[in-house]
Amino acid sequence: MANKRQSTEKVMQTFFFSIATASIAILFMIMLFLFMEGLPIFREVSVKDFIFGHYWYPTSDPPDFGIFPLIVASLTVTALSSAIAIPLGVMTAIYLAELASARVAEIVKPAVELLAALPSVVIGFFGMVIVAPFLQETFGLPTGLNLFNSALMLAFMSIPTICSLSEDAIHSVPIVLKEGSLALGATHWETIIRVVLPASVSGISTAVILGMSRAIGETMVVLMVAGGAAMIPGSVFDPVRPMPASIAAEMAEAPFRGDHYYALFATGIVLFLFTLVFNIIADHIAHKYRQVGEASL
Amino acid sequence: MKKRTGFIGIVVALALVFGATAWAENIVMKGSTTVLPIAQEIAEAYMKAHPDVKISISGGGSGNGIKAIIDGTTDIGNSSRFIKGKEVKLAVEKGTYPVPFAVAYDCIIPVVHPGNPVTNLTLAQLRDIYMGKITNWKDLGGPDLKIVVISRDTSSGTYEVWEKKVMKKERVYPGALLQASNGAVVTGIAKNRNAIGYIGIGYLTKGVKALTVEGIEGTRETTLNGKFPVSRPLYMFTRGWPTGSVAKFINYIINPGQGQKYVEKSGYVPLF
Repeated sequence: MANKRQSTEKVMQTFFFSIATASIAILFMIMLFLFMEGLPIFREVSVKDFIFGHYWYPTSDPPDFGIFPLIVASLTVTALSSAIAIPLGVMTAIYLAELASARVAEIVKPAVELLAALPSVVIGFFGMVIVAPFLQETFGLPTGLNLFNSALMLAFMSIPTICSLSEDAIHSVPIVLKEGSLALGATHWETIIRVVLPASVSGISTAVILGMSRAIGETMVVLMVAGGAAMIPGSVFDPVRPMPASIAAEMAEAPFRGDHYYALFATGIVLFLFTLVFNIIADHIAHKYRQVGEASL
Repeated sequence: MKKRTGFIGIVVALALVFGATAWAENIVMKGSTTVLPIAQEIAEAYMKAHPDVKISISGGGSGNGIKAIIDGTTDIGNSSRFIKGKEVKLAVEKGTYPVPFAVAYDCIIPVVHPGNPVTNLTLAQLRDIYMGKITNWKDLGGPDLKIVVISRDTSSGTYEVWEKKVMKKERVYPGALLQASNGAVVTGIAKNRNAIGYIGIGYLTKGVKALTVEGIEGTRETTLNGKFPVSRPLYMFTRGWPTGSVAKFINYIINPGQGQKYVEKSGYVPLF
């Protein structure tokens, strides 16, 4: 009998191992493909000119492949949307995990998670036909399709991610810690600020960075509401052209394995590296502040 | 490169096997997304009239259409521009001689919000607007509002015409809002009093106001007699002089009583 169980165990192990290997291998090959299709552009233009060049005219003759305005656009849009989404997301999470009555939490939490299921094209359309004219009227702008509008829409998209992951992190703080704090005479508020938040900081920061990764990689929303002007923005109400929008808009018409095609893939590499850095930071923070046992505080 | 060609070959072969009966003739078209609506309308009508012919169409841009003619992976390559010298040379090296057929005209019309009092612009004014030199409508006889310049993406065929016929080698300045489609330009302008853009004649709606250029209205007539300055012919390229089913299809397209009717239906200007 023991033999049969052992062999079943072995088979299952091999099965799961091969599935895991397959998925990792596929992801690795996609990465390899990205680099293979993107690197040839650097025969035409130096890495420095590509990253710091100010003009993006890929189809002109002679062409200019400078993605600096696109990088600036991606970073500013992500930063601004994080500035909106992080406080809202984290505070909502604290409210849901610590302050809300069980009944309220039961209704609000699924509602927030439902927001995550909204297709990005719907959010983009909303930004295009409702928010853009509103911003234009309210602030007297030449156009409502701008950095601020897209940051707002991206914030809508990342709040559910940030909120629900943070809520899980706060929820999983051991009750012993809270009880200890309260027993020492701390108020509920002091316990949240001094004990619960520090204890869950690793989970919250992961949530925040995943939310930011989502914002920097989002394509549809920025394609629809950012305006698409490849210039370095002078104010938050200027139109911008983030990297994903540029790739999505131009890939369909870029001749296969032409310079323009390679340049778009190279833009993809840059985007990939940004997201990779975000994830490494998240990983680092998660490790550094990981709570080991209940005695670590 | 070789592998890819092989792959396309396999896909085409599969399409032939699954898409048609054993005796049917097949025509493969690919290229410009501008020509695509015309090609689709006509191909549908042609297949209805000739059930033994199967036409498969894909987009991918003018560059891809001409490349496919050079590589021999398509029977007809659609293009919204004429073939470049470089491309002819490459084709001849590979042993084909691409033959162009003009199949329709595309007329590109500058448009503004219906509330804008400006009705006419000169080519020089349009160029200055798109270079970012003129930035206020009051310089053009309109209200004191900042001009929001909307352009198509640099890779679109419509943009290429605009660049060639209006910009005259100058670049559209980086502050212009780039939109990915004619439809998005129409939405942007219908929603914004300050905006100016340009669209293909087939996309004119009540939401936007067409401007005259140098006093000439963009219509079918002014496109055909060459008076309207921002227009261009659309092409289909074949590999050498067409024969057999491809020749019959090209004849059908050019025939005013047949294919050209569908050109008008798809929103472009017919040849005659």
